[in-house]
Amino acid sequence: MGSAQTQIGAGEAGDRMPTLESLCSQAAAGERLALAKLLTAVERGEDLAELIPVREHSVDAWKVLGVTGAPGVGKSCLVDRLVKAWVDAGGKVAILAIDPSSPVSGGALLGDRMRMSSVDEGQDVYLRSIATRNLPGGLPARIDGMLDALVSAGFSHIIVETVGAGQSEVRIIAVADRILLVEGPARGDVIQAEKAGVMELADLIAVNKSDLEGAEKAAEEIRMSMQLSEVDDGAPVILCSAHTGDGISELVEALDNLPNARGAASARARERLLAAWTESLLLHPGWGDALKSVESGEVTVREVIRDLLGHED
Amino acid sequence: MDAPLRIVIAKPGLDGHDRGAKVVARILRDSGHEVIYTGLRRTPEQIVRICTDEDAQVLGLSSLSGAHGYLFPRVCELLRELGLTDIIVFGGGIIPEDDRDEMYSSGIRAIFGPGSTSEQMKDFLNEIIRRSTEGKSDGVGSDSDWRWGSR
Repeated sequence: MGSAQTQIGAGEAGDRMPTLESLCSQAAAGERLALAKLLTAVERGEDLAELIPVREHSVDAWKVLGVTGAPGVGKSCLVDRLVKAWVDAGGKVAILAIDPSSPVSGGALLGDRMRMSSVDEGQDVYLRSIATRNLPGGLPARIDGMLDALVSAGFSHIIVETVGAGQSEVRIIAVADRILLVEGPARGDVIQAEKAGVMELADLIAVNKSDLEGAEKAAEEIRMSMQLSEVDDGAPVILCSAHTGDGISELVEALDNLPNARGAASARARERLLAAWTESLLLHPGWGDALKSVESGEVTVREVIRDLLGHED
Repeated sequence: MDAPLRIVIAKPGLDGHDRGAKVVARILRDSGHEVIYTGLRRTPEQIVRICTDEDAQVLGLSSLSGAHGYLFPRVCELLRELGLTDIIVFGGGIIPEDDRDEMYSSGIRAIFGPGSTSEQMKDFLNEIIRRSTEGKSDGVGSDSDWRWGSR
């Protein structure tokens, strides 16, 4: 399978490879290496459904916060601030930081850690870098299972940081209980375009880099576009700076007290279904061959889809 | 290459020279692997924690400050202490010829100094994957004295 990981040290070590069951209990007891190996197993396609409870999406108290926004708006630095605030308040915080895989080589450079100094120390914080492995929507298919594992390991706050996402990339809502959209100054009329899409699903909008010129104007423009909504009052907009720390405590307080998830239930259901569909397509036994035959031009995409769907019956 | 390795590229100690580490990270990415870059000035403890949390299979340490004599063996020792014995460690940067035997005996499996090529690094990775499929363990906890280039 394409998403399997090469086994290194599977020789002697392979014989003493712990079972998934023991990894689950060790992870719940706070053993970091067991948790890490458990997440690897899930990423490789192992199903934990019989070992740990499947998380329910919560419209009341949230556990999983999706952090999304365009590349370069400062998501990682802002997450670093949030992590510190929640750990200082006695929380146990996990972060799944997603970066894109190369569509050419399949490799990935995962660099979110270097912007998050707060994650390299202390028992109450765990960060895992994840490559998209080229799934549409920028979210690895297995992330749901990884979140189940983190919840059962006792984390109180779990942050999923997306790849720098555009306006229509709303797959995050398939896995997150709440969505924080990060914006920045000088993004111009992009803001207008973003009214349709992720901005409608965001529970809170943070305009980062408030220390730079134009941030206040950007926040005001977003507030104004929110006011035009006929559905609800729109998401609250908070001005902050991950660089100086201004507005961070307000942001944390607002996140702690977020009311029920704002995103439309239909959008959530749709994205969950699409995510699950994509996952089952990728795990289909005919997927690898289908990919090769489309690449070589032997068959059309339409024919492949028909064949793959036929297999499902 | 159908299965990516998870590789941590780390900069231990007080050393701001990261061009090499970034170039290596890029080479490994372009070879189809998933590379986690730590950023500058990490302690051995932080590097080992990152390897743990990321479930890394390979660790690359880069040092140009002259402190490799302490930092590289210290990282290897901590990896063994925490039971991360399967991780394969390589080094790079300015590592004088006279220091290399000591590095190898502390558990480092390859050293890439100035002038090393991307082909050499790919060959190293292919070699450790090949040896692993033969059941040979080159992890930092193994008593194997294999090193890349010693074939």
